[in-house]
Amino acid sequence: MSLKDSKTPALKKLSDKAEVKRQSVLLIIAAIYVIYGIVFYYLPLVGWLMAFQTYKIKDGLFGSEFVGLKWFKFLFSDATFVRVVRNTLAMGVLNLVSQTVTAIAFAILLSEVRNVLGKKLVQTISYLPHFLSWIVVTSIVHEAFSTSGIINEVLVNLHILSKPISFFSHTQYFWPIVAISNVWKETGWNAIIYLATISSIDPALYEAAAMDGAGRWQKIKHITLPGLRSTIIILLIMNIGNVINAGFEVQYLLGNGLLQSVSQTIDIYVLNYGVGKMNYSIGTAAGLFKTFVSMTLIFLFNFIAKKTGDERLF
Amino acid sequence: MNGKEKKKIHMSGWDWAFVICNTIFLVLFCIVTLYPVLNTLAYSFNDGLDAVKGGIHLLPRKFATDAYKTVFNKQGIRQGAIVTVARTALGSILALIVNALLAFIVSRKRFMFRSSLSLFWVITMYANGGMIPVLLLLKNLGLTNSFWVYIVPGLVSAFNILVLRTYMESLPDSYEESAQLDGAGYMRIFVSIISPLCKPVYATVLLFVAVGHWNSWFDAMLYNRNKPEYTTLQYELQKLLSSVMQQSGSADSAGKTSTSAQVTPVTVRSAATIATMLPIICLYPMLQRYFVTGLTIGGVKE
Repeated sequence: MSLKDSKTPALKKLSDKAEVKRQSVLLIIAAIYVIYGIVFYYLPLVGWLMAFQTYKIKDGLFGSEFVGLKWFKFLFSDATFVRVVRNTLAMGVLNLVSQTVTAIAFAILLSEVRNVLGKKLVQTISYLPHFLSWIVVTSIVHEAFSTSGIINEVLVNLHILSKPISFFSHTQYFWPIVAISNVWKETGWNAIIYLATISSIDPALYEAAAMDGAGRWQKIKHITLPGLRSTIIILLIMNIGNVINAGFEVQYLLGNGLLQSVSQTIDIYVLNYGVGKMNYSIGTAAGLFKTFVSMTLIFLFNFIAKKTGDERLF
Repeated sequence: MNGKEKKKIHMSGWDWAFVICNTIFLVLFCIVTLYPVLNTLAYSFNDGLDAVKGGIHLLPRKFATDAYKTVFNKQGIRQGAIVTVARTALGSILALIVNALLAFIVSRKRFMFRSSLSLFWVITMYANGGMIPVLLLLKNLGLTNSFWVYIVPGLVSAFNILVLRTYMESLPDSYEESAQLDGAGYMRIFVSIISPLCKPVYATVLLFVAVGHWNSWFDAMLYNRNKPEYTTLQYELQKLLSSVMQQSGSADSAGKTSTSAQVTPVTVRSAATIATMLPIICLYPMLQRYFVTGLTIGGVKE
């Protein structure tokens, strides 16, 4: 960016040799970081080989027998895995859509507030849940949706229900509950970036619209939403890969024996096979499948955004 | 203020309707956010037997602190609290130093491997080995069944580096140049020139990492399941809650409660939940002004 501006006389004075010498300390430190990165981030990538092997600890990564795509074939003929992929994608899409919509709506409504103090207060309250752990949040959600909880109480008092429902013993409520938990936890937090974008929209646009007699709704529709467009697209590309990453903690913590058919995600499957049953090859194959899908989705959406002339990630 | 008065003239009936609806909506939003937390707080201070009847909302019906006594007398919770405080303090300070130093290096405009070093770390954001390869690696390194598994593996994070780097790049070059003219080396520039200017973004990253440490439980379950001395607070809370969550479905539908597992009373669960989130709620108002500036400068700028 400002690389050219920085060539002030002060920087030019140093000969290349002196600069290399000055940088030697940086080089040594950078080398240590690279070693750390190779060990903790790049070495596990070699572990992907396990997905194509019948991995045995005693034989090691390079002594185990290669079996090609055997485990992937096993996965897709396993009814449990197919169901787990369905659950993951369903919850992933539900989460992405509900979180994006609520965050944008909340950001727009909050940006319409003129009272500075009230706005600050609402915003401060809104991102508090982001900092609570999933354990705490699921504990709260579980209490709220229990038969004696507030949700049932409100629904019964409004005569929407005649008697309390046991939400956690019927499979059809589980996905919406997961989506609601995510919305409760993250709406305020996700809205931060949209709020920042809205505040960077030129105020002159709103003034001009007001001169033309535009009301609040028209201003939102014709100025705010188009102004958010590129931010929305960038965030969608960044988050689309997470559709297959629907999460693990909520489902693991809120699920119970009755809900297994809808609550289990790929990560829980990996945990059951890879850690519980010590079948490392199947666990790695399932994990690799997940990474593959998420990378494909990111590149695909990036490509579409490029074609339609929108903002893109890379 | 005068902005408001100017608006008043133009406000039509629809605009007023919008303002009223919007205010009602935002108040509802705050209630929905705060009520579950306050309700849990009310339960935690209620008498255990009385709480079973339900119907407690914002205030305890029969005040008691027994639930907290039970929670704080649990050996696991005490040990978990010590480990959690230790990992949060040590882990977040170490992570800040380590990530800030790396961000400083990749933000130096004349550093020769600047872009390749950045790329090296950006790749780690997208490609990861997954749960099993990482587990096996940590086992082979002897990090499982130890306290250090909480600190070492996640120490360097590409996301934090990006946030720090963007902030450091936004600082004027002139600071570095004048220090350099005075004969300061890179480390001196990092410690005495750049770091003092980075306080807001340092606070942001410190907050992120500290909250992450405080809230994590999965690493305790996965790597230190057999080491009760390295348990964490959240993992203890999870164990406390899981018996209830697992049962809620089966008990309601089939009408049979498995009497073998001890169900933790609702007041104790609430007290444990509140105790676990308390430090975050206390520190949050002080820190929140930093992270918004840190985030918007670090994230949106590009």
